[in-house]
Amino acid sequence: MLDFFLGHYAYLFLMALFVVGLYGVVTKRNLVKKLIGLNIFQSAIILIYVAGASKWNATVPILEGSGASHGDAGVAQEAAHGAIEAAHYINPLPHTLMLTAIVVGVATTGVALALLITIHRRYGTLDESELLERMS
Amino acid sequence: MERGREGIDPMRGYYDDRIVALSSRLVVPFIQLFALYVVFHGHYSPGGGFQGGAILAASFLLIRLSVGSDGAQLQFRKGWGTPGSSIGTLIYLVTGLSALLLGGYFLDYSQLPLGMGESETRSMGILIVEIGVAVAVACTLTAIYDDLVGEEGRRGSPHDA
Amino acid sequence: MIDQNLPVLVPVLFLLAALLAPLLGQWRRGLSYLVALLALLVNTAVALYSLYYVVVNGIVRHKFGGWVPPIGIEYVLDPLAAFMIAVVTVVSLVVLVHSRQVVKVELVGRDVPFYGVVMLLLAGFCGIVVTGDLFNLYVFLEISSLATYALIAAGEKPAPVAAFRYLIMGTIGASFYLFGLWFIYNMTGSLNMADIAAILPGICGETGVIIGLLLMVVGIGIKMALFPLHGWLPDAYTYASSASTAFIAPIGTKIGAYVLIRILLYVFEPGYFSSQIPLADVIMWLAAAGILYGSVMAIAQKELKRMLAYSSIAQVGYIGLGLGLANPLGLIGAVLHVLNHAFMKACLFLVAGNLRVTIGHSDISRFDAALRRKMPWTMAAFTVGALSMIGIPPTAGFFSKWYLVLGGIDRGAWIMVVVILVSSLLNAVYFFRVLENAYFKPALSMDEAMGDYDHPDADIESFPREEVAPSMLVPTLVLGTGIVLLGIFNAFLVSAVIRLMVPAGL
Repeated sequence: MLDFFLGHYAYLFLMALFVVGLYGVVTKRNLVKKLIGLNIFQSAIILIYVAGASKWNATVPILEGSGASHGDAGVAQEAAHGAIEAAHYINPLPHTLMLTAIVVGVATTGVALALLITIHRRYGTLDESELLERMS
Repeated sequence: MERGREGIDPMRGYYDDRIVALSSRLVVPFIQLFALYVVFHGHYSPGGGFQGGAILAASFLLIRLSVGSDGAQLQFRKGWGTPGSSIGTLIYLVTGLSALLLGGYFLDYSQLPLGMGESETRSMGILIVEIGVAVAVACTLTAIYDDLVGEEGRRGSPHDA
Repeated sequence: MIDQNLPVLVPVLFLLAALLAPLLGQWRRGLSYLVALLALLVNTAVALYSLYYVVVNGIVRHKFGGWVPPIGIEYVLDPLAAFMIAVVTVVSLVVLVHSRQVVKVELVGRDVPFYGVVMLLLAGFCGIVVTGDLFNLYVFLEISSLATYALIAAGEKPAPVAAFRYLIMGTIGASFYLFGLWFIYNMTGSLNMADIAAILPGICGETGVIIGLLLMVVGIGIKMALFPLHGWLPDAYTYASSASTAFIAPIGTKIGAYVLIRILLYVFEPGYFSSQIPLADVIMWLAAAGILYGSVMAIAQKELKRMLAYSSIAQVGYIGLGLGLANPLGLIGAVLHVLNHAFMKACLFLVAGNLRVTIGHSDISRFDAALRRKMPWTMAAFTVGALSMIGIPPTAGFFSKWYLVLGGIDRGAWIMVVVILVSSLLNAVYFFRVLENAYFKPALSMDEAMGDYDHPDADIESFPREEVAPSMLVPTLVLGTGIVLLGIFNAFLVSAVIRLMVPAGL
């Protein structure tokens, strides 16, 4: 039981974050709080990807020993010294995917904030129930 | 120059204090230098186009927040945001398209006419698109701020209450 | 050289146009429309040529950067993708030509960003269709969604609220898709569609795979407006400007349906979602519920655009029904309905735009027989579209419903056949209401409208012809004629193109 918790504590925490974000989107009445809940929800998914990429006793996926030169010579030297052990480096692919996902999240938040400012200018409120009253 | 504290419009958009203005003016060049460092080191250490562009945008926004939009025009004009983002992404697309037109696949950097060895050319290709991305990201984030909070953003539309 | 690059050309050219339109538009106002028009003309030609090429020569693959998949990203043009791109570009070209006048009336002074955002929207749609990598699909899905939020928000007064609601729901949907993709990636180790399709049969019983599939289906279901995830659609389509709705409505939800077809039938084995987990049945029943809900709610609407929005929910239900039937005839019906519905809905929304520009509103209760005299060609196009939506031969709508009914009979799902027939009757109710008002309701003359009720019914012939400008009328008529032509030539389409899309093993 303790083993399970120690091995998976990241996922358990992140699922709690996921649910907190979803709860915020669904229950809060203020539109800005919904947006913040959406951001928390997206961050949880991004962190789940990053957590899934880690391995025991692994280090950052940057090749050591090639110094400042990143041309043909450095990489060939590294490869000549023996195969690069994949288990020593964490998986870099989910990290690069999540860079894109973070950019998408930023763009969505930017659009959402522009929409919220327009809604506030037109209706004077950002509370959902008041907004529905003023709209009809 | 005397500035009173009473009756300050909270939607003014910048923090009116001399110490804040002076310290941010001192710090901003270092932020921008660090942003360029992050962009250029994207290949082989943490960094890259989006991160460097966001730090660059942070430096522009710092001036806008501490000195005000009028003073910030000296550093980065209001009207440069939207064309800047298009130009940055165009750098990316033109690099990819020139690789396509010169006979390779889309974004196949080895086809670029830079006259170096194969992996050097690919590395340079990555650098060029990273610079394009950094320009686009910095201009877009600044344009978002300008359109929403800056002077122009408050003009409104015919539907406003 | 051009043949190898066919998959990439369409999204890249749209992206290029999306960047050039605002840039050149800031220099000279009218250039943004010209850039958009030029890009759409070139892309329509490329799309039709690539459809012909793929049908004759087979699948075309393009590796980005020369990196071999599954390490690299690849773009794949197979018959389904080429067909979808052709539908998207042809319908968008017609709508773009129509939108110029509408934008001048409804979106005053904002035409330069409008064309830029429309190009971005089309780049997103075409990217979704062509890509062969699941994460690349997420990126383009979000590009098209952001463009949709912006297009919807530039409308009437309640438009930003509708756009914000769609933003929240759409982002949650895309995030669910991303989360489901995490499970699939961890189970298979790859993001490439063809590679995953090869690895999955070995591990298909694992919990991770099932959870991943379910999350992806729910996420895409929000984008596709599958009942009960359709809540964003009526407000979004109603309050957006007529030009925006004409771009989003015919193709937006169909792209979601395409992603569902791609994931369920091509990435996962065709038999998987029907036999091993009862997902096909669930989709079928939800789609049937959506059909009935959309049709019934459409009858209750007083405003034309809102009625067409609820009707869209019902039509997406047809496509979901075809997918849920999980047999070749159902799939053929679903894909044919994608094409037919794109033409029909575009025609109907263009008519709504014509009405808004001419008489200033699209309120059904205020239509009267003066419309028959004022705008005869527009109402004729509306009639053709309405007959096609109801499903009357030889218009296009009849044939896609026919295939769906055949698929239902093939599988023994008699309730679905009844649902299709009942919904056609319901469609007839709400469309005939509009036609009755527009053709038979007596019109008030000018004097009567002023309150002088002793005058007899106005002489209809005295109303002047007030038809819309040619740049708006010609696209409407092109779509109307297209509906009839698609109906007449549907057998050729099915045998030449659509039959190639049925995956082996369905």
